[in-house]
Amino acid sequence: MTVFAAEEQNPLLPPVGEIIVGLITFAILAFVVIKYVFPVIEKTFQERRNAIEGGMERAEAAQAEAKAALEQYRAQLAEARTEAAQIRDAARAEGQQILEELRTQAQEESARITARGEEQLAASRQQVVNELRGQIGSMAVSLAGRVVGESLEDDARRRGTVDRFLDELDGMAASTSSQAPTGGSTVYVPEGNR
Amino acid sequence: MTSSAHALASVLAVESDPGGGFVSPSIAEFYPPALAEFSIAGLDFSITRITVISWIATAAILAFMVLATRKPTLVPRKSQWLMESGYGLVRDNIGRDVIGPQYKPFVPFLGALFFFILANNAMSIIPFFQISPMSKFALPLVLALLVYILYNAVAIKNKGLGGYLKEVAVPQGVPGPFLLLVTPIELLQVFIIRPFTLAVRLFANLFAGHMLLVVFSLGTVYLLGKFGENFSFVFAPFSFLMALFMTFFEVLVIVLQAYVFVVLTATYLNGAVEKAH
Repeated sequence: MTVFAAEEQNPLLPPVGEIIVGLITFAILAFVVIKYVFPVIEKTFQERRNAIEGGMERAEAAQAEAKAALEQYRAQLAEARTEAAQIRDAARAEGQQILEELRTQAQEESARITARGEEQLAASRQQVVNELRGQIGSMAVSLAGRVVGESLEDDARRRGTVDRFLDELDGMAASTSSQAPTGGSTVYVPEGNR
Repeated sequence: MTSSAHALASVLAVESDPGGGFVSPSIAEFYPPALAEFSIAGLDFSITRITVISWIATAAILAFMVLATRKPTLVPRKSQWLMESGYGLVRDNIGRDVIGPQYKPFVPFLGALFFFILANNAMSIIPFFQISPMSKFALPLVLALLVYILYNAVAIKNKGLGGYLKEVAVPQGVPGPFLLLVTPIELLQVFIIRPFTLAVRLFANLFAGHMLLVVFSLGTVYLLGKFGENFSFVFAPFSFLMALFMTFFEVLVIVLQAYVFVVLTATYLNGAVEKAH
């Protein structure tokens, strides 16, 4: 038989020849499998892994995006709120200002109207005074003429007399108002004494 | 020996080796010397290297499965992925597709069966082991009996003993007279032949595979030993190529027989679970 037959058969192992051939064939099998089969399996494994990881990454990315969108939305909301508050404040301030302006304007207007009224009043008073001066003069002169019987036809003289009289009146009014004691100067001096 | 056998043997037996030439491996391959012998209750047990190989194979697949699934991650590691692929095959392609909607409770059994058979089968080509425990009839027979008990128990539980027997003995749609022929065949098939064929299919494949590998391995060595004696050593490469080819073929047998065993188990369970139609 073979050279191996002489050896005592180990009860734990198959025949040596079988082991040797088995080792070689198994090595070739392993080589083929490692070289040609496992790369394919590895590829599908990696693909699946990538698919899962990719999916998880995508999900995470989507979540992050959603979170970012929420943050942005919140920020925008806050911003809008502040802006609204600012606008409200501005509007209030503007309203205040407008009110202030209106008030000033109204005050100015009223002041102007008052001033014009006073002016007009003064003017009409002056007019009235002037008119009265003329009328009182003529009335007084004609009255005096009637009383005295003396016709004071001469216009120039008459005006002079009237004016003098009125001035005296004014002077008298002024002296009485100022309480200046001027003695006999305040006493009416009849025309005849002049 | 007949004269033709003599003539065939003389091709290998040469003048310088009148002892008889190449001695082909015999059934003794599967009865290696015992490492330990003992008897319990009158039953003799002997621990041989094949027994040890079975232990090693079982321990290895167990360790692998435990390690691969110890810290599972959503994105699997390579070992976890391998485990999940194997389990997925059993769960979806065998359990769900063959048994049907009620497959869930049977998946762990089918998975255990698949990985156990696969690991034990694989021992047929791994150096230094080089024989599968499945190539001894005992182990496949035990597995087949387990399956036999399981599918019968499930069927009786689902349909009642009478209903089950009636369904087996009187298949629907078979006209009366034919029952004379069909009933014995069906009964024989379901209760006797099924577990037997299930066991034999697995055993015979591994047995034959081992025999072929041994013949061509030892043949290679034998023919190389003839170097310098006669020309027959030139056939050694052919013998080696055959051993190589058979090793590759054995890989197919290892996976396929584990798969077939589990698929047939699932088929029987399907019959036990589903109502007759």
